[in-house]
Amino acid sequence: MIAYALQRLGLAVLVGIAVSLIAFLLLRLSGDPATAIAGEGATQVDIELIRQTYGFDRPLPVQYVAWLGNLLRGDLGDSIYFKTPAGPLILSKLKTTLLLGFLALVFALAISLPLGVLAALYKNSWIDRLCLGTAVIGQALPNFFFALLLIMFFSISMRLLPVSGSDTWLHFIMPTIALGYYVAPAFMRLVRAGMIEVLEADYIRTARAKGLPRMQVVFKHALRNAVVPVVALTAVQLGYLLGGSVVIETIFALDGLGYLAYQSITFKDFPVMQAIVLLLSVIYVLLTLASDIANAWLDPRIRVA
Amino acid sequence: MPGSTLESASPDAAAVLRVDAAVAPRLSGRVWRSRAFAVGAGLLLLILLVAVLAPWLSPHDPYEQDLVNRTAQPIWMAKGTWLHPLGTDPLGRDYLSRMLYGARISLLIGISVALISGLIGTTMGMLAGYFGGKTDMLVSFLVTTRLSMPVILVALATVALVGGSLWIVILVLGLLKWDRFAVVMRSATQQVRSLDYVAAAESAGASTTRILLGEVLPNVMPHLIVVATLEAASAILLEASLSFLGLGVQPPLPSWGLMISEAKAYMFFSFWLIAIPGTALALLIFAINLCGDGLHELFSPEGRS
Repeated sequence: MIAYALQRLGLAVLVGIAVSLIAFLLLRLSGDPATAIAGEGATQVDIELIRQTYGFDRPLPVQYVAWLGNLLRGDLGDSIYFKTPAGPLILSKLKTTLLLGFLALVFALAISLPLGVLAALYKNSWIDRLCLGTAVIGQALPNFFFALLLIMFFSISMRLLPVSGSDTWLHFIMPTIALGYYVAPAFMRLVRAGMIEVLEADYIRTARAKGLPRMQVVFKHALRNAVVPVVALTAVQLGYLLGGSVVIETIFALDGLGYLAYQSITFKDFPVMQAIVLLLSVIYVLLTLASDIANAWLDPRIRVA
Repeated sequence: MPGSTLESASPDAAAVLRVDAAVAPRLSGRVWRSRAFAVGAGLLLLILLVAVLAPWLSPHDPYEQDLVNRTAQPIWMAKGTWLHPLGTDPLGRDYLSRMLYGARISLLIGISVALISGLIGTTMGMLAGYFGGKTDMLVSFLVTTRLSMPVILVALATVALVGGSLWIVILVLGLLKWDRFAVVMRSATQQVRSLDYVAAAESAGASTTRILLGEVLPNVMPHLIVVATLEAASAILLEASLSFLGLGVQPPLPSWGLMISEAKAYMFFSFWLIAIPGTALALLIFAINLCGDGLHELFSPEGRS
């Protein structure tokens, strides 16, 4: 178990290094950062000065190592637009995005678990078809369009919820729905497939034969085993949720990392952009690592393979 | 046996088999799903036809501004006229014509991104699955690294740096979305690799290229088609999101995502400007996903239960 965990950890570190290299190269190779920082109307002398101050005139490998060194000391560079260190800036926004991601995940699970179980219990009935049909339609709705539909209904027609901002819990309702509904279908299908498989297993028949109440068998014996694959999918879906938060937070002007990412991209604020790409990737790598180890702990067969 | 799978999946064969009472409950689900596939394929064909025939079907030039009739209402609303059946946008451009031409952009994005990423991912996946060992480790590492970076964020950053255009969006998404192709092709190739006809070709002295293209590729093709369908849908959604955020296809091109973005400021009084392209996007994705699910069902024997 420890050997497996160490092997996964090694892989995670390698992936982290690769991601940092890509994040670095992506922003260095796709344009001259000095010209962008200097802005319009800057003279050649200004640009040259900026190039030397920021160290853009050094060879790329030297720049990368210096950047990585700063990174490990917690220095992510300064925001060009906000004129503050990028590290504390993105960390201050991270809380909102993590909260949104968590709420969206809870929302998705709250819909998909009961619907998945229901669809599996009444396999191939109209209930099953209704659930699967809803899933297909849900996956076809673009999240930004769905967000605008929510605004139209809850804010403009019903006047119930605030359109933008992040001051109260009311501000989180629509973003949570708009972000979470999209991952629900994948969970639902997985729960449904898992339940169908588990319900045919011998130990379920034994439990039923013992005369245990049906609901107890379904929820206590079957669901517990059917949700194991859901744990693995959760890590992948969190990656989607973090990426999707860029669109959703921008629409609702929710003051999180996604909105900051959008702002930094439109203002060409390279250090912040780089830092966000890196931070979200590292979070994803850590989550995958945690889910790999959790899965191996739950299912000993994985450790050997 | 892919051949027999396809035959028994056709509606006629299913109808004949339905007489057999023993298999009836299982088949009812299958018939229902093949009907869903027919709906999806029909809808997709219709959208394809509309896109191809856009120059002949459009009542107006999609870029021509009718300044007297700006933000005209569509035909089902009180002030709608047949001059502009879907109304006009705030610049007075005919909405129906823009919708028809917009279908071309979405389909072009879906097809080209699936082709580019399919080529990259299939090559990587097949090499990893066929050679195993170090090649497999390298490909798995690349896939893990790619998965840890949120597509939408990296795409946004790249487009912001390089500048947005239809071809840039296609290229960026094509270079980012190969992960699922690689994963699926890898495991499909691993399965095919151990089969007798590959061993036969190897012992007959066929070159590796020939084995991969002549023996392996045709046999993993069903998986490839299914993944390509789903990735095309996902690429269309991503382009719409990028364009919605202003960092994708640029005006005046009639991308559906861009049209929703341009209509955002008018959502209070002219919600149809958002509802029409939003519904069209949802219908297109719905159709492609139904096709993908249907094809998956046809190709995989385990999917038949």
